[in-house]
Amino acid sequence: LVFTEEDKYNLYSSLLFKYFLAEGIVCGHDLFVASAKEHPDNILKELPSPLLDDTYRKEVGDEAAAAKSEDLQDSMKIAWRYQNLPKMEASPTTYTKFGHYYDISKKMSPELYQSVKWHSFYLHEELSLEPEMKTCNMNSGYARLLQSIQRIISQEGFDGSDPQKKQRNVLRIGIQSLGSVLWGDDVCCSDTPEDAHSLTKFLYILRGLLRKSLSACIITVPAHLIQNKAIMERVTNLSDMVVGLESFIGSERETNPLYKDYHGLVHVHQIPRLNSLICDVSDTKDLAFRLKRKLFTIERLHLPPDLSDTVSRASKQDLAGSAKLLSSGCGAMAIGKKHLDF
Amino acid sequence: QGKFTLLRDSRTDGSFLVHHFLSFYLRAGCKVCFVALLQSFSHYNIVAQKLGVNLAAAKERGQLVFLEGLKSCLDLVFGEEEQPGQPSPLQFLSTSDLRALFDFVRLSLTPADGDSCTGPVLLVDDLSVLLSLGAAPVAVLDFIHYCRMSVCCQLKGNVVVLVHSNEDSEDEENELVVNSLCHHSDLILWAEGLATGFCKDVHGQIKIIKRQSLRQAAEQDLVQIYQYKIQDRNVTFFARGLSAAVL
Repeated sequence: LVFTEEDKYNLYSSLLFKYFLAEGIVCGHDLFVASAKEHPDNILKELPSPLLDDTYRKEVGDEAAAAKSEDLQDSMKIAWRYQNLPKMEASPTTYTKFGHYYDISKKMSPELYQSVKWHSFYLHEELSLEPEMKTCNMNSGYARLLQSIQRIISQEGFDGSDPQKKQRNVLRIGIQSLGSVLWGDDVCCSDTPEDAHSLTKFLYILRGLLRKSLSACIITVPAHLIQNKAIMERVTNLSDMVVGLESFIGSERETNPLYKDYHGLVHVHQIPRLNSLICDVSDTKDLAFRLKRKLFTIERLHLPPDLSDTVSRASKQDLAGSAKLLSSGCGAMAIGKKHLDF
Repeated sequence: QGKFTLLRDSRTDGSFLVHHFLSFYLRAGCKVCFVALLQSFSHYNIVAQKLGVNLAAAKERGQLVFLEGLKSCLDLVFGEEEQPGQPSPLQFLSTSDLRALFDFVRLSLTPADGDSCTGPVLLVDDLSVLLSLGAAPVAVLDFIHYCRMSVCCQLKGNVVVLVHSNEDSEDEENELVVNSLCHHSDLILWAEGLATGFCKDVHGQIKIIKRQSLRQAAEQDLVQIYQYKIQDRNVTFFARGLSAAVL
């Protein structure tokens, strides 16, 4: 259960959402798209088209080659201690074949997305039907969505209930803007919502459904609108993976020179710890994303070297303050500068 | 015997403690009732196999009673009407009443004829989920109290419960439950993420608090702090600052 906290203007999280669905189509998985905001048909029409491997490899390969030729084997003179650290690789240059790449400037062709079986749930079209399940005092929109998901899972045999079916497929579920007012939940409106448990009950039952069947789910939630932080904590506990996207639009970080190459930060709050004692933690937890014309990339955040000598004290404090958040080798250099300022 | 152990985690995942206690008690031959609310049976089974215990076999021979919350809630919500004499233990999803859950626990741990197991154990993973599912904090505390009375006092067994908490948490209900449980526990194992942030070699710090002040009025609580690193099959503990990466 992948839980995404939306960025303020919902530009980037909807991109992630579309990537998830597009990957499902390319892999031949079945799709289930639910939304209260726009009709799922429209969502499907906007999916990015997959890139053939050669074109992508060539593009990124060119960039990497250009960068490499500049700094061949300069041995470091002052910071020689850092010589032995592996070179910081901003984006993965070894293309292990995991997943596909997409070109967001082009839309996916209709033949491609019609080649898989997909189901949709548009809240406003479903209002007329009454749920047949016990709602457990849950919001009726959520209850209907759960019922719909459960019906698809059992009908299409994703839970292994039909032993005749030889081809087992995976169901990818995407739910957009859960918890927003459009779903009938007032979690985003007030500090003490009327029914504080609808969202968490929904997530728990959804988790049960996912564990019982061959499906994966991505949910986007406008976390910045939810006033009651306690609910966010509970929701984090109930999800397997929680990723937050923070975009720089309209915030003071947009003009911060630290972040000038990027469009936002990626906060990984939780990673799944399934079937083992440990989880696969990566080396660094500071990730930033940027939106190029054709590509949405997530890279490690690294500080540009602080080269200017007329930087005023205030902005140096800023840099050092943000550098405290970093845990990579480069960060130490900026913090060192702060300590020299006395 | 008759001890209440509280497992607490902040800023990190303390579920490795649950896996440890589960395999520990099963290996000791105790009858275990495991209320697993957050993960599926296969998850615990796979980890337990790495630790050398077979959960499926334990379930077969009746040593382990496993309540799989995720599966039972699906039966409750999407299944047919249940028989009036057998309410589902997860009934609190619709009625916010934890009594059915307590009855389930008591029934499964009361020794039947021909039971060769020593002391019963109740293991809960995790209690904070009950609050998310609509139970009031007072109801949760009552449930734990009833469990303690019947398992610890009447049946001379042990109770181990996992809760999540954060220092700057805004979830007041959860904090209320956690603080109240801390006061009543005999032993607290508190797994915390490091205050300085994430580290590859030291996954966290564990505080072991033996509440000797509960037994005798003048005694102080004994607090021990270790750091730990979780590996695939076990967890290594070491004194603070003495991680293998540093030495």
